[in-house]
Amino acid sequence: MTLTDLANPTRFLALTTRILPWLAGATAILLAIGLYQSAMAPDDYQQGATVKIMFIHVPNAWLSMFVWGVMSIAALGTLVWRHPLADVAAKSAAPIGAAFTFLALVTGSLWGRPMWGTYWEWDARLTSVLILFLMYLGLMALWRAVEDPSRAARAAAVLTLVGAINIPIIKFSVDWWNTLHQPASVFRAGGPTLDKAFLWPLLVMAIAFSLLFITLHLAAMRNEILRRRVRSLQMMQASRTAVIGEAKEMGAA
Amino acid sequence: MSLGPYASFIVTSYALVTAVVLLLIVWIAADYRRQQARLREIEASGVTRRSGRSAVDVR
Repeated sequence: MTLTDLANPTRFLALTTRILPWLAGATAILLAIGLYQSAMAPDDYQQGATVKIMFIHVPNAWLSMFVWGVMSIAALGTLVWRHPLADVAAKSAAPIGAAFTFLALVTGSLWGRPMWGTYWEWDARLTSVLILFLMYLGLMALWRAVEDPSRAARAAAVLTLVGAINIPIIKFSVDWWNTLHQPASVFRAGGPTLDKAFLWPLLVMAIAFSLLFITLHLAAMRNEILRRRVRSLQMMQASRTAVIGEAKEMGAA
Repeated sequence: MSLGPYASFIVTSYALVTAVVLLLIVWIAADYRRQQARLREIEASGVTRRSGRSAVDVR
């Protein structure tokens, strides 16, 4: 099956129906393993047990940026290749990305209070992630505000690509500015600085959350395709009613 | 497993993530059922796709 085959929504629906149960099962198993490893991980010598918040905070933070990356590729698909499923993919990903970003912000805040002594600080990392969250909400509002789906798709695609500038700002904010947030400790030149006792549970949780995103995204895309079918059938229904009405009027005349 | 003096912060974080993820799953599942119900309703009124295939069929 090629990318061109997947441009057909009917084939895409058939594929998602086949693979969704397997993806959901794999996600549940990996989440269970990740949660068990997180529970069994030792306390950090400085942070104590609060290091356990890292196993859910970091995957959500990674996904908050990754989902915007997926939406940016989809935006290119809308503007450049006019792929029929590109806007469906972007629109379906936005609420899921917003949820991950919200969780990254709140779990970070709950981790920050005991470690930094504050829930919130207007530093570069925290502020740029808050801006990302607001951009997700803005995009969702845009899709709802514009009635014509193709116009909404183009406007949202442009906004998504403009917003993508924020992703490297978030990633490198801890290097470019003096922030309260710690610098990168996994994806960095020279390899991870995390001890294996923390690194493995973190990687398992990151893969589990990524699978969770893929599962939810495919399911949400299926819903969006069905929603568009509803819309097109409703338009057919409306035009049919209009034609019957005109015929009756002409008959009466 | 002792969570130390900041147990409430750890438990709240995990509970919140669980709640939001469950909410997403329930919302997406409910939306799927809602769209299928709307499609069945429209098809029952006699409006069908040009291909003649049922719009509800996702296999």
